[in-house]
Amino acid sequence: MTHSDLSDVQIRVRALESALVAGGHVDPAALDALVETYEHQVGPHNGARVVARAWVDPGYRERLLADATPAIAELGIRGRQGEHMVAVENTPDVHNLVVCTLCSCYPWSVLGLPPVWYKSAPYRSRAVADPRGVLTDFGVTLGADVSVRVWDSTAEVRYLVIPQRPADSEGMTEDELAARVTRDSMIGVGTL
Amino acid sequence: MNGAHDMGGVHGFGPVVAEVDEPLFHAEWEKRVLGLVLALGAGGKWNIDISRFARENRPPAEYLSLSYYEIWLAGLERLLEERGRPTRVLAAADVPATLARGGPVDREPTHEARFAVGDAVVTKNLNPHGHTRLPRYARGKHGVIERVHGFHVFPDVNSTGTGEDPQWLYLVRFSGSELFGPDGDPGSSVSIDAFEPYLEPA
Repeated sequence: MTHSDLSDVQIRVRALESALVAGGHVDPAALDALVETYEHQVGPHNGARVVARAWVDPGYRERLLADATPAIAELGIRGRQGEHMVAVENTPDVHNLVVCTLCSCYPWSVLGLPPVWYKSAPYRSRAVADPRGVLTDFGVTLGADVSVRVWDSTAEVRYLVIPQRPADSEGMTEDELAARVTRDSMIGVGTL
Repeated sequence: MNGAHDMGGVHGFGPVVAEVDEPLFHAEWEKRVLGLVLALGAGGKWNIDISRFARENRPPAEYLSLSYYEIWLAGLERLLEERGRPTRVLAAADVPATLARGGPVDREPTHEARFAVGDAVVTKNLNPHGHTRLPRYARGKHGVIERVHGFHVFPDVNSTGTGEDPQWLYLVRFSGSELFGPDGDPGSSVSIDAFEPYLEPA
């Protein structure tokens, strides 16, 4: 009898969870609550609110760039993997790109769980050595006069990119602006 | 450790391929692994640095053969075997508060920072067998202190379970050419967060 790798892992995880629940080491309802949080509550819409506020409120932008953790908390956004935040702003001259070459550090509180490509070997290996090549993989071509700043999250500080506001967004409300902000633009592999 | 997890600058992994309309999870078991890792991590038997090392400290071929949540699962199995099962159980009702609190790692400084913004530094050429957060591509390189993050728990020691040994943490910026020579991007720079024991004055 053969199993696919997937079903082998599925069986292994079920056995582990069952043993831990039976021993009173895990509350299965807590597992459900944890998964539910990241499936439905915490995600890139959080970061998009931060970006939109920074675009419309110069005082907020200043506070965000000076000390991002309390500025983000002003919007009620805080928590795990967002305890020590730094916001970095794209300009016509500078493009920012965030990576974790050592594992998968990612600002969960503002972006949710990272996509597979962010955790993948191609991204982690090349983002520091060939950031423009990585951007090309995402269809982003920067002018030669634009410098690229790469932020490797090697400690517990987490980085949020503030993308440039789209040129055609004048007159939009803050909510409309937030709807324009993509996850990829807040990692730095996309532009708006 | 100089493991397969330390990927910065490695060649041959190919292009970055983003999945279109990627789901948050690719199988039900991935959800359970996420939940188990977070729930058991709140149990107090280990810390985030111990758990990172449990994932990374394995033969390179093995590390590279596992998917991300498979690495999390393998790490969790090792932690349970080595450190035991937690007796402090995260209750469902405590999940929101626990996630909101997170795990801040800044501590009250016990001494002055050795470096200031603008200082030229060089990273040490360290190759410990244990856990470290100084990536290989940034060892023995000249950079500049751009920000003093604060006084943070030191992963290299915290990962051994012998205490937090907090240290000053700095944002250090290197040019692409300093890191990767003529094959680097002269129009780029890379910043890492480096603990004071990784640094010397340049």
